Amino acid sequence: MEKQKGPDPVDPDPVKLLPKSSSLAVLLIVFVTISMLVLFSIVRGGVGHVLDGDGGKQAFGPADVSGVEFDHELLPGIEEATAGPDAGVFLVPPPPWSESGYFPCTECHADMELNPERRVLEEMHDDIVLNHGPSDRWCLDCHNPDDRDVLRLVNGKLISFDESYLLCGQCHGTIFRDWRQGIHGRRQGYWNGGKSYLLCAHCHNPHAPAFHAIKPLPPPVRPQFLAQTPQKVVKEAPHE
Amino acid sequence: MSDRNRDRAFARTEEKSLDRRSLLISAGLTTMAGISAAASGKSAGWVERLLSRRFVELSEQRKTQILTELEEKYSEKFGREFTVVDTPPMDGVEFAYGLDLSRCVGCRRCVYACVHENNQSRDPQIHWIRVLEMKKDHGIDFAESNIYYDHDEVPEPGSFYLPVACQQCRNPACVKVCPVKATWQEPDGIVVIDSDWCIGCRCCMSACPYGARHFNWSEPTIASEEINPDTHYFGNRPRPKGVVEKCSFCIQRTRKGRYPACVEICPVGARKFGNLLDEEGEMRYLMREKRVFVLKEELNTRPRFYYFYAT
Repeated sequence: MEKQKGPDPVDPDPVKLLPKSSSLAVLLIVFVTISMLVLFSIVRGGVGHVLDGDGGKQAFGPADVSGVEFDHELLPGIEEATAGPDAGVFLVPPPPWSESGYFPCTECHADMELNPERRVLEEMHDDIVLNHGPSDRWCLDCHNPDDRDVLRLVNGKLISFDESYLLCGQCHGTIFRDWRQGIHGRRQGYWNGGKSYLLCAHCHNPHAPAFHAIKPLPPPVRPQFLAQTPQKVVKEAPHE
Repeated sequence: MSDRNRDRAFARTEEKSLDRRSLLISAGLTTMAGISAAASGKSAGWVERLLSRRFVELSEQRKTQILTELEEKYSEKFGREFTVVDTPPMDGVEFAYGLDLSRCVGCRRCVYACVHENNQSRDPQIHWIRVLEMKKDHGIDFAESNIYYDHDEVPEPGSFYLPVACQQCRNPACVKVCPVKATWQEPDGIVVIDSDWCIGCRCCMSACPYGARHFNWSEPTIASEEINPDTHYFGNRPRPKGVVEKCSFCIQRTRKGRYPACVEICPVGARKFGNLLDEEGEMRYLMREKRVFVLKEELNTRPRFYYFYAT
């Protein structure tokens, strides 16, 4: 207490604390730091940080995408397969091309001469480019030469197109097992009851089975564009 | 008596007295509400709403009443016939989800099917599912992942895709931190939110290590022709502004036996769903036969959402 009552210490001259040149240097450093911070926040934090080609600048909803059926109908019979005498039955839609006019194959092939030669198909089936496994595989390794309406397993057993999974399963045993268990492939319906399976050929073209790349639906909107409601552009999604 | 023991004893008495006090207050208020309800001839109003207990603690009669009121409210708001149900969990069922990373192509069909089914806000946009694009060279690396990819075609060569939504943890951090018990785990494993009870504090959002919870920063907007009127109280019923929402395993569908919407839309069949207690079911098969892992296992959240490689 007494110390405080004593005479005030002499105020040192503020100019003498720093020489003139160093105070200027300090000011300069402070100025540069602030301007750099402002510059960085403009470059990095602002809307301009997103490159022109990047997605996520607009918000899209399910109504903005076409070609995807969000309200798909279940196959008829699924409700019945959930309870009652038909419970546990798996339903499979008809195989592809069965209603395209190609089937039954015997309408044309019954009177045709058999040509087992490997060749480029020109008059008919010119859309088929075989890209499936060994290069010496050809039509009659799977299609039955005597009756084209059925397929033929390697053991000679004839099966209908509805059972084509048996044919695929000859080589793709592990995937066939997964498919039967419900692990490979798409399911619709009831997890505890009736459900629909798809045949291998519904998703994989048997002649060129690799899965094709598809167009993704638009990305989510980035937070910095969330508040904006720009003109919406309808994005086309390819039909599956 | 040591200091600590004294503190404990004090805490106990204080708890007790608080209990008694809150009991008296709630009893008094309930009586008042009852009188006012009787006087006005109306069964339910904002006073009762304010004093009501958590939805799960209510009587069946009161629950039905609330559901009917909600149906009326939503029908009026959206101009369409609504159903709001509270289908209970099935006995002997624990849900689990499988996602085949070797199949997923990152097409985001699931994201939009989920928005469509679960009435997420279109503006401001909310997505419950996020699809993370990652480099095959780097493996699973969240820091380097990208959810805004916009390629002409997917899968992008050299990339793989990891969709993330609520992992429905058995040990959910979000439930632990909720100060008002507005979110909890149901017997069938679904972590649900009562959006009437949520106070919007967003503690659960910061607790969730998967970023699965989303907040309604403003009034959600959905066109009435886009709304899904088939709703569950803990699932896809329209949410108000200021509450948290997240994936509920499509509770309105799965409790009736249906697959979730994302499972049915997936064009490559990468998404699997089923009952974990069913020996013969597909979930048990894939857990027996495939290489299965969960996200952020080291956090001990014990998710019900299993990622696997079928090949």
